[in-house]
Amino acid sequence: MATQNTRMLARMMMAPSVGLLLIWMIVPLVMTLWFSFQNYNLLNPANVSFAGLFNYKYFYTDPAFFQSIWNTLAIVLGVLCITVTGGIALALLIDQPIVGQGLVRILVISPFFVMPPVAALVWKNMIMHPGYGVLADINRALGLQPVDWFAQYPLLSIVIIVAWQWLPFSTLILLTALQSLDTEQKEAAEMDGAGALNRFFYLTVPHLARSVTVVILIQTIFLLGVYAEILVTTNGGPGYASTNLPFLIYRTALLGYDVGGASAGGIIAVILANIVAFFLMRAVGKNLDK
Amino acid sequence: MARAVSKKKVAVVTVIAWIVALIIFFPILYTIITSFKSESEAITGFNLIPSGTLESYAAVEAQSGYFKFFLNSVVLSLGSTLIALLIGVPAAWSMAFAPSNRTKDILMWMLSTKMMPAVAVLVPFYLMFRDLGLLDSRVGLTVMLTMINLPIVIWMLYTYFREIPGEILEAARMDGATLWGEVVYVLTPMAVPGIASTMLLNIILAWNEAFWTLRLTTTNAAPLTTFIASFSSPQGLFWAKLSAASTLAIAPILIMGWFSQKQLVRGLTFGAVK
Repeated sequence: MATQNTRMLARMMMAPSVGLLLIWMIVPLVMTLWFSFQNYNLLNPANVSFAGLFNYKYFYTDPAFFQSIWNTLAIVLGVLCITVTGGIALALLIDQPIVGQGLVRILVISPFFVMPPVAALVWKNMIMHPGYGVLADINRALGLQPVDWFAQYPLLSIVIIVAWQWLPFSTLILLTALQSLDTEQKEAAEMDGAGALNRFFYLTVPHLARSVTVVILIQTIFLLGVYAEILVTTNGGPGYASTNLPFLIYRTALLGYDVGGASAGGIIAVILANIVAFFLMRAVGKNLDK
Repeated sequence: MARAVSKKKVAVVTVIAWIVALIIFFPILYTIITSFKSESEAITGFNLIPSGTLESYAAVEAQSGYFKFFLNSVVLSLGSTLIALLIGVPAAWSMAFAPSNRTKDILMWMLSTKMMPAVAVLVPFYLMFRDLGLLDSRVGLTVMLTMINLPIVIWMLYTYFREIPGEILEAARMDGATLWGEVVYVLTPMAVPGIASTMLLNIILAWNEAFWTLRLTTTNAAPLTTFIASFSSPQGLFWAKLSAASTLAIAPILIMGWFSQKQLVRGLTFGAVK
């Protein structure tokens, strides 16, 4: 059916997207790679020279680098733990027959639509502020000392904020998966005398496993790049206590004017993301074959 | 008997679900409540009943020209979405209706471009934008938002288009429809819901994008993300004003989001969960 003509037309219709994306991706990536081997500081742009692996070495020996890698992983793992367990629990809860289910659903997914700077500032000022925040009010009502969240637990505070933003995402996806579970299958299992626990472990869990994988992979991609939440709350501090890799690169590039160093960091970020991407692509690709 | 038990169970589950939902929603709710307080009211401790003053809303516009940022957000998110659709619809269309053996590879490659960390290309884009005079320009940021969301647009459209049955096309052809007639009278009406959903999700994503908007704009092209982030270094007391600005910034997208729950799942999982 696909004649020479339609194939030609199809190619022409695809060309703009493919071409633009190709340019948009390759050119900057090659530039980053090139800069990462150069001594290039924006304060001294006339003096650019080949640096070999110096930038990588410099980045690698910087104590902030290992801290930032650790912080990046801590944010990813911390948020994943909260959102996956919380998401499963919430999805199972909302999937029950409850009064006002639609409204409950809307309330639960709302945080996802709050732009990151708003989410971070609302938590920073109205919830976690040691003087005027709601948590401080609760502590005082209980006779406890208010916690200065961002000074005492900067990384945990950021994990909590980001987890609040992503909990709706995992809940929504797992809920969608739950609802696509065949009710006939559930009823059949029930008729055969399978108890609630058995039904959960032998029917629901295997059914959710794939969606959980997708949730983990997609969130990881976004969580590796957490940026705005750090910028408006702790600004990476105190010290480097809440600086992750994206934030360190931003600091090196736009506050330190060190193009070469930041580019070396960028290449490291690409490698990190690619490890995750590899697994995500496999999960999505499998689905495409169906 | 069994009925009574299940009724009781429904009541218990309902109460638990509502408590959990309200806790999760609380930061948003409290922001909305605080936006209707005066500044002195906002810092006098926990209080769920505001005086209902609108002075914070007036102050946000008067002191910072809120409307300009709002307008930028609208222009950037709508503009980038429309351009992405213009480029993406033909591509998704051809991949869904005239697939070749490379279609899957192209789709996977497009997905892979989404995996590239933005921060890795911050330096080259910053330098290119600086040299082209595109820093803090609406044009520059629109192009950026278009390109970062294009893969999602194409993927989402593709999953929708693929569900349009091919037999309908054959039937139309049998009835003597031309290629043009096929597209206009048969395919377009079936594709509109998918395109609308894609548009909705993409506007939400573009509106909330908070890496490039923060780094590539300062004042002229700055959307609401940049505006709100500027509240992070406070001068004086601003709880109520921050709340008013935040409420205005999230309200339109929150409402759109409520209507796009299903599309969100499909769009953000690249069709892996439906």
